Amino acid sequence: MYNNKIKYTEKEVWDILDTIPDPEVPAISIVELGVIRKVTLENNKVTVNITPTYSGCPASERFKADIKEFLTKAGIENIELIMQYSPAWTTNWLSDEAKEKLRIYGIAPPIDGTEDKGFLFESGPKVVPCVKCNSKNTEVISQFGSTACKALYKCNDCLEPFEYFKCI
Amino acid sequence: MNESLIKYLFRIGDSSLILGQRLAEWCSNGPTLEEDVALTNISLDNFGQARIIFSHIAELENNGKTEDDFAFRRNEREFYNALITERPNGHFGDTIARNFLFDAFQYHFYTELSNSKNKFLAGFAEKSLKEVKYHVRHSGEWVVRLGDGTEESKEKIQKSINDLWDFSGDMFLTDSNIDNLSKEGIAPDYSLIYNNWKKTVKEVLERATLVVPEDGYMQNGSLDGRHSEYLGHLLGDMQFLQRSYPNAKW
Repeated sequence: MYNNKIKYTEKEVWDILDTIPDPEVPAISIVELGVIRKVTLENNKVTVNITPTYSGCPASERFKADIKEFLTKAGIENIELIMQYSPAWTTNWLSDEAKEKLRIYGIAPPIDGTEDKGFLFESGPKVVPCVKCNSKNTEVISQFGSTACKALYKCNDCLEPFEYFKCI
Repeated sequence: MNESLIKYLFRIGDSSLILGQRLAEWCSNGPTLEEDVALTNISLDNFGQARIIFSHIAELENNGKTEDDFAFRRNEREFYNALITERPNGHFGDTIARNFLFDAFQYHFYTELSNSKNKFLAGFAEKSLKEVKYHVRHSGEWVVRLGDGTEESKEKIQKSINDLWDFSGDMFLTDSNIDNLSKEGIAPDYSLIYNNWKKTVKEVLERATLVVPEDGYMQNGSLDGRHSEYLGHLLGDMQFLQRSYPNAKW
Protein backbone atom coordinates (compact mmCIF):
# COMPACT_ATOMS: atom_id res chain seq x y z
CA MET A 1 0.00 0.00 0.00
CA TYR A 2 0.97 3.58 -0.48
CA ASN A 3 3.38 4.84 2.09
CA ASN A 4 2.81 8.51 2.70
CA LYS A 5 6.01 9.10 4.62
CA ILE A 6 9.35 8.66 2.97
CA LYS A 7 11.62 6.80 5.30
CA TYR A 8 14.81 8.13 3.75
CA THR A 9 16.85 11.27 4.13
CA GLU A 10 18.05 13.18 1.08
CA LYS A 11 21.55 11.81 1.61
CA GLU A 12 20.21 8.26 1.63
CA VAL A 13 18.39 8.82 -1.66
CA TRP A 14 21.67 10.07 -3.13
CA ASP A 15 23.31 6.89 -1.83
CA ILE A 16 20.70 4.73 -3.57
CA LEU A 17 21.24 6.64 -6.82
CA ASP A 18 24.98 6.18 -6.41
CA THR A 19 24.50 2.41 -6.75
CA ILE A 20 23.06 2.79 -10.28
CA PRO A 21 25.78 2.10 -12.85
CA ASP A 22 26.06 4.23 -15.97
CA PRO A 23 24.45 2.13 -18.73
CA GLU A 24 27.27 2.82 -21.21
CA VAL A 25 30.20 2.99 -18.79
CA PRO A 26 29.25 0.72 -15.87
CA ALA A 27 32.56 1.43 -14.11
CA ILE A 28 31.06 4.62 -12.69
CA SER A 29 27.67 5.43 -11.20
CA ILE A 30 25.23 7.94 -12.63
CA VAL A 31 25.96 10.15 -9.61
CA GLU A 32 29.69 10.06 -10.37
CA LEU A 33 28.90 10.87 -13.99
CA GLY A 34 27.29 14.07 -12.76
CA VAL A 35 23.92 13.68 -14.45
CA ILE A 36 21.97 13.82 -11.18
CA ARG A 37 21.73 17.51 -10.36
CA LYS A 38 19.26 17.68 -7.52
CA VAL A 39 17.23 15.48 -5.19
CA THR A 40 14.24 16.97 -3.43
CA LEU A 41 12.11 15.27 -0.78
CA GLU A 42 8.77 16.92 -0.36
CA ASN A 43 5.77 15.54 1.50
CA ASN A 44 5.66 12.05 0.11
CA LYS A 45 7.42 12.69 -3.17
CA VAL A 46 11.00 12.31 -4.36
CA THR A 47 11.97 14.59 -7.24
CA VAL A 48 15.18 13.96 -9.16
CA ASN A 49 16.59 16.51 -11.61
CA ILE A 50 18.58 14.92 -14.41
CA THR A 51 20.88 16.64 -16.90
CA PRO A 52 21.73 14.36 -19.84
CA THR A 53 25.29 14.31 -21.13
CA TYR A 54 24.39 14.73 -24.82
CA SER A 55 20.98 15.70 -26.22
CA GLY A 56 20.58 12.46 -28.10
CA CYS A 57 22.25 10.17 -25.60
CA PRO A 58 20.24 6.91 -25.72
CA ALA A 59 21.41 6.22 -22.17
CA SER A 60 19.14 8.96 -20.79
CA GLU A 61 16.12 6.72 -21.31
CA ARG A 62 17.92 4.02 -19.36
CA PHE A 63 18.82 6.49 -16.57
CA LYS A 64 15.17 7.32 -16.15
CA ALA A 65 14.03 3.70 -16.12
CA ASP A 66 16.84 2.67 -13.75
CA ILE A 67 16.21 5.52 -11.31
CA LYS A 68 12.54 4.59 -11.15
CA GLU A 69 13.38 0.92 -10.69
CA PHE A 70 15.97 1.46 -7.94
CA LEU A 71 13.86 3.95 -6.00
CA THR A 72 10.74 1.81 -6.32
CA LYS A 73 12.67 -1.19 -5.05
CA ALA A 74 13.71 0.87 -2.04
CA GLY A 75 10.05 1.44 -1.29
CA ILE A 76 9.65 4.94 -2.72
CA GLU A 77 6.54 5.07 -4.86
CA ASN A 78 5.95 8.69 -5.66
CA ILE A 79 8.80 9.69 -7.97
CA GLU A 80 9.12 12.63 -10.32
CA LEU A 81 11.94 12.93 -12.83
CA ILE A 82 12.70 16.33 -14.29
CA MET A 83 14.96 16.76 -17.31
CA GLN A 84 17.01 19.86 -16.72
CA TYR A 85 19.01 21.16 -19.69
CA SER A 86 20.55 24.24 -18.14
CA PRO A 87 23.30 24.56 -17.04
CA ALA A 88 24.52 22.12 -19.68
CA TRP A 89 26.33 19.00 -18.56
CA THR A 90 30.09 19.29 -18.60
CA THR A 91 32.92 16.83 -18.09
CA ASN A 92 34.07 19.10 -15.22
CA TRP A 93 31.31 17.46 -13.19
CA LEU A 94 33.20 14.16 -13.21
CA SER A 95 35.05 13.74 -9.91
CA ASP A 96 38.77 12.88 -9.88
CA GLU A 97 37.80 9.53 -8.43
CA ALA A 98 35.41 8.89 -11.33
CA LYS A 99 38.11 9.85 -13.82
CA GLU A 100 40.50 7.34 -12.27
CA LYS A 101 37.81 4.66 -12.46
CA LEU A 102 37.34 5.45 -16.16
CA ARG A 103 41.05 5.09 -16.79
CA ILE A 104 41.24 1.73 -15.02
CA TYR A 105 38.19 0.61 -17.00
CA GLY A 106 40.11 1.40 -20.21
CA ILE A 107 38.65 4.75 -21.23
CA ALA A 108 40.98 7.75 -21.18
CA PRO A 109 39.32 10.34 -18.92
CA PRO A 110 38.75 13.94 -20.06
CA ILE A 111 41.81 16.11 -19.48
CA ASP A 112 41.07 19.15 -17.33
CA GLY A 113 41.08 22.52 -18.95
CA THR A 114 41.15 21.18 -22.50
CA GLU A 115 37.56 22.07 -23.22
CA ASP A 116 37.51 23.57 -26.67
CA LYS A 117 36.89 27.26 -26.49
CA GLY A 118 37.03 27.86 -30.18
CA PHE A 119 35.98 25.59 -32.98
CA LEU A 120 37.37 24.46 -36.31
CA PHE A 121 41.14 24.78 -36.42
CA GLU A 122 41.65 27.01 -33.41
CA SER A 123 42.18 24.22 -30.91
CA GLY A 124 45.73 23.04 -30.35
CA PRO A 125 46.62 19.35 -30.34
CA LYS A 126 45.82 17.53 -27.15
CA VAL A 127 47.99 14.87 -25.66
CA VAL A 128 45.92 11.97 -24.43
CA PRO A 129 48.12 9.38 -22.69
CA CYS A 130 47.56 5.74 -23.63
CA VAL A 131 45.41 3.87 -21.11
CA LYS A 132 47.61 0.77 -21.34
CA CYS A 133 51.23 1.98 -21.47
CA ASN A 134 50.82 5.66 -20.56
CA SER A 135 52.77 6.71 -23.66
CA LYS A 136 52.11 10.22 -24.88
CA ASN A 137 52.74 9.15 -28.45
CA THR A 138 49.07 8.77 -29.39
CA GLU A 139 46.90 10.06 -32.19
CA VAL A 140 43.23 10.72 -32.76
CA ILE A 141 41.53 8.39 -35.25
CA SER A 142 38.07 9.93 -35.08
CA GLN A 143 36.32 12.57 -32.97
CA PHE A 144 33.37 10.21 -32.68
CA GLY A 145 33.46 6.83 -30.98
CA SER A 146 31.01 4.13 -29.97
CA THR A 147 28.98 6.84 -28.21
CA ALA A 148 28.81 10.59 -28.80
CA CYS A 149 30.74 11.28 -25.59
CA LYS A 150 33.87 9.46 -26.73
CA ALA A 151 36.56 9.92 -29.40
CA LEU A 152 38.73 7.16 -30.87
CA TYR A 153 42.49 7.19 -30.26
CA LYS A 154 45.40 4.92 -31.07
CA CYS A 155 48.69 4.49 -29.22
CA ASN A 156 51.64 4.61 -31.61
CA ASP A 157 53.92 2.79 -29.16
CA CYS A 158 51.92 -0.21 -27.89
CA LEU A 159 49.41 0.03 -30.79
CA GLU A 160 46.44 -0.18 -28.42
CA PRO A 161 43.30 1.46 -29.79
CA PHE A 162 41.33 3.19 -27.02
CA GLU A 163 38.52 5.59 -26.35
CA TYR A 164 38.85 9.08 -24.92
CA PHE A 165 36.03 10.70 -22.97
CA LYS A 166 35.73 14.06 -24.74
CA CYS A 167 35.92 17.27 -22.80
CA ILE A 168 32.74 19.30 -23.19
CA MET B 1 2.52 34.86 -27.95
CA ASN B 2 2.75 31.10 -27.62
CA GLU B 3 1.68 30.55 -31.21
CA SER B 4 4.49 32.60 -32.70
CA LEU B 5 7.02 31.04 -30.34
CA ILE B 6 5.80 27.55 -31.24
CA LYS B 7 6.19 28.23 -34.94
CA TYR B 8 9.73 29.41 -34.29
CA LEU B 9 10.45 26.33 -32.19
CA PHE B 10 9.34 24.14 -35.11
CA ARG B 11 11.71 26.05 -37.37
CA ILE B 12 14.60 25.08 -35.07
CA GLY B 13 13.51 21.52 -34.18
CA ASP B 14 12.51 20.54 -37.71
CA SER B 15 15.92 21.45 -39.14
CA SER B 16 17.58 19.19 -36.58
CA LEU B 17 15.10 16.37 -37.11
CA ILE B 18 15.35 16.35 -40.91
CA LEU B 19 19.15 16.54 -40.96
CA GLY B 20 19.20 13.79 -38.31
CA GLN B 21 17.05 11.59 -40.55
CA ARG B 22 19.25 12.28 -43.58
CA LEU B 23 22.36 11.35 -41.63
CA ALA B 24 20.71 8.19 -40.30
CA GLU B 25 20.56 7.04 -43.92
CA TRP B 26 24.34 6.72 -43.73
CA CYS B 27 24.03 4.04 -41.06
CA SER B 28 25.92 0.98 -42.37
CA ASN B 29 26.68 2.87 -45.63
CA GLY B 30 29.60 5.02 -44.49
CA PRO B 31 32.77 5.00 -46.61
CA THR B 32 34.75 3.81 -43.56
CA LEU B 33 33.68 2.46 -40.19
CA GLU B 34 34.86 5.65 -38.44
CA GLU B 35 32.80 7.83 -40.76
CA ASP B 36 29.77 5.58 -40.41
CA VAL B 37 30.02 6.06 -36.65
CA ALA B 38 30.70 9.80 -36.91
CA LEU B 39 27.77 10.56 -39.22
CA THR B 40 25.32 8.54 -37.14
CA ASN B 41 26.62 10.15 -33.93
CA ILE B 42 25.91 13.54 -35.47
CA SER B 43 22.50 12.23 -36.49
CA LEU B 44 21.81 11.24 -32.90
CA ASP B 45 22.79 14.67 -31.57
CA ASN B 46 20.37 16.23 -34.03
CA PHE B 47 17.55 13.87 -33.05
CA GLY B 48 18.25 14.70 -29.43
CA GLN B 49 18.00 18.42 -30.12
CA ALA B 50 14.73 17.92 -32.01
CA ARG B 51 13.33 15.90 -29.10
CA ILE B 52 14.14 18.63 -26.57
CA ILE B 53 12.38 21.20 -28.76
CA PHE B 54 9.36 19.00 -29.50
CA SER B 55 8.91 18.03 -25.85
CA HIS B 56 8.93 21.71 -24.97
CA ILE B 57 6.29 22.43 -27.63
CA ALA B 58 4.17 19.62 -26.17
CA GLU B 59 4.43 21.26 -22.74
CA LEU B 60 3.48 24.67 -24.14
CA GLU B 61 0.53 23.29 -26.12
CA ASN B 62 -0.54 21.04 -23.28
CA ASN B 63 -3.22 19.30 -25.34
CA GLY B 64 -2.11 15.69 -25.10
CA LYS B 65 0.16 15.73 -28.16
CA THR B 66 3.64 14.30 -27.74
CA GLU B 67 6.99 14.69 -29.47
CA ASP B 68 6.10 11.64 -31.59
CA ASP B 69 3.00 13.36 -32.96
CA PHE B 70 5.18 16.21 -34.17
CA ALA B 71 7.75 13.95 -35.82
CA PHE B 72 5.48 11.31 -37.30
CA ARG B 73 2.06 12.84 -37.82
CA ARG B 74 2.67 16.14 -39.51
CA ASN B 75 2.50 16.61 -43.25
CA GLU B 76 5.15 18.08 -45.50
CA ARG B 77 3.63 21.58 -45.53
CA GLU B 78 3.67 21.67 -41.74
CA PHE B 79 7.46 21.30 -41.60
CA TYR B 80 9.61 24.42 -41.35
CA ASN B 81 13.10 22.93 -41.62
CA ALA B 82 15.70 24.87 -43.59
CA LEU B 83 15.72 23.58 -47.18
CA ILE B 84 19.36 22.60 -47.09
CA THR B 85 18.73 19.94 -44.42
CA GLU B 86 16.47 17.92 -46.72
CA ARG B 87 18.96 17.79 -49.61
CA PRO B 88 19.78 14.17 -50.46
CA ASN B 89 23.01 12.64 -49.16
CA GLY B 90 24.48 12.15 -52.65
CA HIS B 91 28.08 11.02 -52.45
CA PHE B 92 30.20 11.52 -49.33
CA GLY B 93 31.41 14.94 -50.53
CA ASP B 94 27.82 16.12 -51.07
CA THR B 95 26.97 15.11 -47.50
CA ILE B 96 30.08 16.84 -46.13
CA ALA B 97 29.35 20.03 -48.08
CA ARG B 98 25.72 20.12 -46.92
CA ASN B 99 26.71 19.40 -43.34
CA PHE B 100 29.43 22.02 -43.37
CA LEU B 101 27.20 24.82 -44.68
CA PHE B 102 24.52 23.91 -42.15
CA ASP B 103 26.83 23.09 -39.20
CA ALA B 104 28.55 26.46 -39.56
CA PHE B 105 25.13 28.12 -39.53
CA GLN B 106 24.04 26.13 -36.48
CA TYR B 107 27.25 26.98 -34.67
CA HIS B 108 26.77 30.73 -35.08
CA PHE B 109 23.02 30.49 -34.59
CA TYR B 110 23.29 28.64 -31.26
CA THR B 111 26.06 30.97 -30.15
CA GLU B 112 23.66 33.91 -30.50
CA LEU B 113 20.61 32.01 -29.30
CA SER B 114 22.32 31.22 -26.01
CA ASN B 115 21.79 34.91 -25.16
CA SER B 116 18.05 34.66 -25.78
CA LYS B 117 15.71 36.22 -23.24
CA ASN B 118 13.71 33.02 -23.44
CA LYS B 119 15.30 30.87 -20.77
CA PHE B 120 14.41 27.58 -22.41
CA LEU B 121 15.95 28.60 -25.74
CA ALA B 122 19.07 29.97 -24.05
CA GLY B 123 19.61 26.72 -22.12
CA PHE B 124 18.86 24.59 -25.16
CA ALA B 125 21.34 26.57 -27.27
CA GLU B 126 24.07 26.46 -24.61
CA LYS B 127 23.80 22.67 -24.48
CA SER B 128 23.50 22.09 -28.22
CA LEU B 129 26.44 24.36 -28.97
CA LYS B 130 28.78 21.94 -27.23
CA GLU B 131 27.69 19.23 -29.65
CA VAL B 132 27.68 21.38 -32.76
CA LYS B 133 31.30 22.40 -32.17
CA TYR B 134 32.23 18.80 -32.91
CA HIS B 135 29.92 18.67 -35.94
CA VAL B 136 31.38 21.73 -37.62
CA ARG B 137 34.91 20.60 -36.89
CA HIS B 138 34.12 17.22 -38.46
CA SER B 139 32.60 18.62 -41.64
CA GLY B 140 35.07 21.55 -41.80
CA GLU B 141 38.11 19.29 -41.58
CA TRP B 142 36.70 17.07 -44.30
CA VAL B 143 36.07 20.05 -46.59
CA VAL B 144 39.76 20.92 -46.22
CA ARG B 145 40.93 17.33 -46.76
CA LEU B 146 38.81 16.91 -49.86
CA GLY B 147 39.44 20.40 -51.26
CA ASP B 148 43.17 20.26 -50.63
CA GLY B 149 43.31 16.58 -51.60
CA THR B 150 43.48 15.03 -55.03
CA GLU B 151 42.41 16.65 -58.26
CA GLU B 152 39.30 14.48 -58.31
CA SER B 153 38.29 15.13 -54.68
CA LYS B 154 38.81 18.85 -55.17
CA GLU B 155 36.66 18.96 -58.26
CA LYS B 156 33.92 16.93 -56.58
CA ILE B 157 33.72 18.92 -53.34
CA GLN B 158 33.77 22.22 -55.25
CA LYS B 159 30.83 21.00 -57.33
CA SER B 160 29.00 19.89 -54.15
CA ILE B 161 29.46 23.34 -52.59
CA ASN B 162 28.38 25.08 -55.81
CA ASP B 163 25.27 22.90 -56.15
CA LEU B 164 24.19 23.53 -52.56
CA TRP B 165 24.93 27.24 -52.53
CA ASP B 166 21.45 28.24 -53.78
CA PHE B 167 19.97 26.59 -50.69
CA SER B 168 22.17 28.41 -48.19
CA GLY B 169 20.27 31.72 -48.22
CA ASP B 170 17.13 30.06 -46.91
CA MET B 171 18.78 29.39 -43.52
CA PHE B 172 18.93 33.13 -42.80
CA LEU B 173 15.48 34.15 -44.01
CA THR B 174 13.14 35.74 -41.50
CA ASP B 175 9.47 36.63 -41.63
CA SER B 176 7.43 39.08 -39.55
CA ASN B 177 7.04 36.41 -36.89
CA ILE B 178 10.80 35.93 -36.45
CA ASP B 179 11.43 39.68 -36.75
CA ASN B 180 9.04 40.30 -33.86
CA LEU B 181 10.75 37.63 -31.79
CA SER B 182 14.09 39.26 -32.57
CA LYS B 183 12.77 42.62 -31.36
CA GLU B 184 11.74 41.00 -28.11
CA GLY B 185 15.22 39.51 -27.71
CA ILE B 186 13.96 35.94 -28.08
CA ALA B 187 15.30 35.21 -31.55
CA PRO B 188 18.80 36.38 -32.50
CA ASP B 189 19.73 38.90 -35.18
CA TYR B 190 19.97 36.88 -38.39
CA SER B 191 22.09 39.41 -40.27
CA LEU B 192 24.75 39.03 -37.60
CA ILE B 193 24.59 35.24 -37.91
CA TYR B 194 24.89 35.54 -41.68
CA ASN B 195 28.03 37.70 -41.42
CA ASN B 196 29.67 35.29 -38.99
CA TRP B 197 28.68 32.31 -41.13
CA LYS B 198 30.09 33.90 -44.26
CA LYS B 199 33.36 34.55 -42.46
CA THR B 200 33.66 30.92 -41.34
CA VAL B 201 32.73 29.55 -44.75
CA LYS B 202 35.25 31.82 -46.44
CA GLU B 203 37.99 30.84 -44.01
CA VAL B 204 37.43 27.12 -44.48
CA LEU B 205 36.99 27.21 -48.25
CA GLU B 206 40.16 29.27 -48.66
CA ARG B 207 42.06 26.85 -46.48
CA ALA B 208 40.67 24.06 -48.66
CA THR B 209 41.90 25.92 -51.78
CA LEU B 210 38.29 26.13 -52.94
CA VAL B 211 36.33 29.02 -54.40
CA VAL B 212 33.49 30.69 -52.50
CA PRO B 213 30.57 30.63 -54.96
CA GLU B 214 28.98 33.90 -55.96
CA ASP B 215 25.52 34.60 -54.67
CA GLY B 216 22.86 34.19 -57.32
CA TYR B 217 19.20 33.34 -57.05
CA MET B 218 18.50 31.81 -53.65
CA GLN B 219 15.88 29.14 -53.08
CA ASN B 220 13.33 29.95 -50.39
CA GLY B 221 9.97 28.86 -49.03
CA SER B 222 10.72 26.77 -45.96
CA LEU B 223 9.34 29.43 -43.60
CA ASP B 224 5.95 28.88 -45.28
CA GLY B 225 6.32 25.12 -45.35
CA ARG B 226 7.19 25.00 -49.07
CA HIS B 227 9.82 22.38 -49.76
CA SER B 228 11.69 20.59 -52.50
CA GLU B 229 10.38 17.27 -53.80
CA TYR B 230 12.84 15.45 -51.54
CA LEU B 231 11.12 16.18 -48.23
CA GLY B 232 8.00 14.16 -49.06
CA HIS B 233 10.09 11.09 -49.85
CA LEU B 234 12.09 11.52 -46.66
CA LEU B 235 8.90 11.79 -44.60
CA GLY B 236 7.42 8.77 -46.37
CA ASP B 237 10.36 6.75 -45.16
CA MET B 238 10.48 8.25 -41.68
CA GLN B 239 6.75 8.23 -40.97
CA PHE B 240 5.73 4.99 -42.66
CA LEU B 241 5.64 2.85 -39.56
CA GLN B 242 3.65 5.23 -37.36
CA ARG B 243 1.24 5.97 -40.20
CA SER B 244 0.65 2.31 -41.01
CA TYR B 245 0.67 1.04 -37.44
CA PRO B 246 -0.39 4.00 -35.30
CA ASN B 247 1.11 4.04 -31.81
CA ALA B 248 3.33 1.05 -32.53
CA LYS B 249 5.95 0.77 -29.82
CA TRP B 250 9.56 -0.27 -30.26
